[in-house]
Amino acid sequence: MHEIVVLSGKGGTGKTSVAAALAVLAGNKAVIADCDVDAANMHLLLQPDFALGTEFYSGEQAEIDPELCIQCGKCADVCRFDAIETLDGKYYVKKLDCEGCGYCEKVCPSEAITMKERKSGQVYISKTRMQNTMVHARLDIGADNSGKLVTKVKNEAKKLAVENKKDFIIVDGSPGIGCPVVSSLAGATYVILVTEPTQSGLHDLERVWQVIKKFRIPAGCIINKSDLNEEKTSEIRTFIHQEKIDFLTEIPYNDNFTKSMIEGKTIAESQTMLKPLIENIWKQVNEKLTNKN
Amino acid sequence: MKIAFTASGTSWDSMIDPRFGRTAYIFLFDEETGQTSAIDNSAVKNEAHGAGTATSEKFYELKPDVLITGNGPGETAAKALKHLNMKIFVNAHDLTLKQAYEKMKNGELQEI
Amino acid sequence: MTEKKPLKIAIASGKGGTGKTLLATNLAAWLAISESTLLVDLDVEEPNDFIFINGNTESITDQFKMIPGWDASKCSLCGNCSAVCKYHTVVKLGTMIAVFDELCHSCYACSELCPENALPMKPRKMGEISNITAGNLTFLESRLRVGEEQAVPLINKTHSLVKNEFMNFTVQIFDCPPGTTCPVIAATKHTDFVILVTEPTPFGLNDLKLAVETIQQLKKPMGVVINRFGMGDQGVEEFCVNAGIPVLARIPFSRKITGLYSSGTLVYDKIEGFDRAMKDIVQFIQKSISNA
Repeated sequence: MHEIVVLSGKGGTGKTSVAAALAVLAGNKAVIADCDVDAANMHLLLQPDFALGTEFYSGEQAEIDPELCIQCGKCADVCRFDAIETLDGKYYVKKLDCEGCGYCEKVCPSEAITMKERKSGQVYISKTRMQNTMVHARLDIGADNSGKLVTKVKNEAKKLAVENKKDFIIVDGSPGIGCPVVSSLAGATYVILVTEPTQSGLHDLERVWQVIKKFRIPAGCIINKSDLNEEKTSEIRTFIHQEKIDFLTEIPYNDNFTKSMIEGKTIAESQTMLKPLIENIWKQVNEKLTNKN
Repeated sequence: MKIAFTASGTSWDSMIDPRFGRTAYIFLFDEETGQTSAIDNSAVKNEAHGAGTATSEKFYELKPDVLITGNGPGETAAKALKHLNMKIFVNAHDLTLKQAYEKMKNGELQEI
Repeated sequence: MTEKKPLKIAIASGKGGTGKTLLATNLAAWLAISESTLLVDLDVEEPNDFIFINGNTESITDQFKMIPGWDASKCSLCGNCSAVCKYHTVVKLGTMIAVFDELCHSCYACSELCPENALPMKPRKMGEISNITAGNLTFLESRLRVGEEQAVPLINKTHSLVKNEFMNFTVQIFDCPPGTTCPVIAATKHTDFVILVTEPTPFGLNDLKLAVETIQQLKKPMGVVINRFGMGDQGVEEFCVNAGIPVLARIPFSRKITGLYSSGTLVYDKIEGFDRAMKDIVQFIQKSISNA
């Protein structure tokens, strides 16, 4: 089974449009995983039915039982996050400020404080409008995106792919270079990088590549909006060449990315030049994966 | 030699778990005695942060000579494992524990 | 010194790549022509404002957070620290206690609960703040050290630095991290008004909705700036009308802007109508703050 992860480092490069189009091309041979849980957008193109949702918990937060609290104030004294305040003489925890360190629980003389699991989102197993299985998630506001939710989404997708003997898992990866990206890369067999020719596009591509390199996963790159800055595009080309990243394609700025999005379709379903382009990328990736084995 | 695997299950036919910190189980095989055991790592797997260091802490208690895993420990976990005199073999995902063990013995696994 | 408090404007977005940096840098540079203006880059993991602001670096100051340091001579290896630490920052590795600085939330629990006092707190560099003067504009860049996982302590530290030493400005612009997680909350918490930047597409709308929910939790007044106006659909406009959120300005989609931006150039004085948009934004905010 091949696990293909689409990444970008920087936002707004067309990562999700590419991932969703590949999901359409892979059809019922693939399970789809949206690991961009911070700003999940893949569902806008694939229209999953949100059929099966489960609550997701991550980290802890303190809770004070007013019945047991003797108002000694020790918890507020030790809290370095100013997360414990009083209201009408009663102590309470400000949820957005509590970092779940548990120090207050340790010093409370009357055992009034317990650390409770913090609900931080929902994980869904859905059928897309093409009737393919998709695993996705929604992070609660202010919740912390550790790699844990991403791992959960990926594991569910993997389990379903194995059970149903699928050939592919197509993953819309997390942004940035932190823990969530590492989690979305775990177990990947090929990475597709989608970048754009801007200063920050190149900068973030270099940073995310440092992470991928550590895991020794082969990768290919798509330069989107390539005609916006020829100079930067050629800098990116040089970088790709130096680092032995497969050059997949260059896509000149094309407003059909947006037009397809507005129609709720992927670029693989649009009757424009983007369709053969993305089909060709899918073909190339398949060839690379077959040659590897 | 004591061999540790990051494992997704508790038997020789289980798959290697590609992750180090968030591995589901740590499977141990003692070559001298032939004994095997599987340690449930789900408590760590469910931690929001610090899975790499928490799992490393366990390795210092278990003291294996060899680790067979998938992606390899992340940066922080690698730092934590530095003082544990343990050989680390990677890229064994997509293999069962048994297959991975045989490959390691035949020198077909990549050491880091 | 003026007695008047500065107007503090946060610039945020549901995710990266919408034009947050474009707006923050150009609004600040435009304001600096007539007002004493401070620009603060709080997108500490990926600070990008510096690409557009060329000036003299007056100072770079290291920023510290407190972390525990192990004193082997006092330690009895009881393991209490490792048991107490929820973040697995402090772990017992055989006969030593290791502290993984970058994971530490500075809660002090391991240190103050250590029976042998073997983990005294000590400072560790988490990042740096550069103070840059570019003509009339003062620019602070807050940058997290690579590999550091906690953005919030540095954002808080930057806010208190601004509060203690940089209040002598008429306007302060804060370029915030993207998203809806803790760093955004820390960055926008101390400001008077939040501008959310989005683009007029279904993705932009979806991200905007999440950002609006976040700012609503903080009960801050907000407005929307639509970037790349004209490229997409009406979804964002309709949402703003229904949710009662004002659209402060529309920055047209133009290749010229994108081209200038990609080469690291400010656009406010090169694009027709851009200063009009900036004026609209500032006037609206001033009016809404004075009405409040």
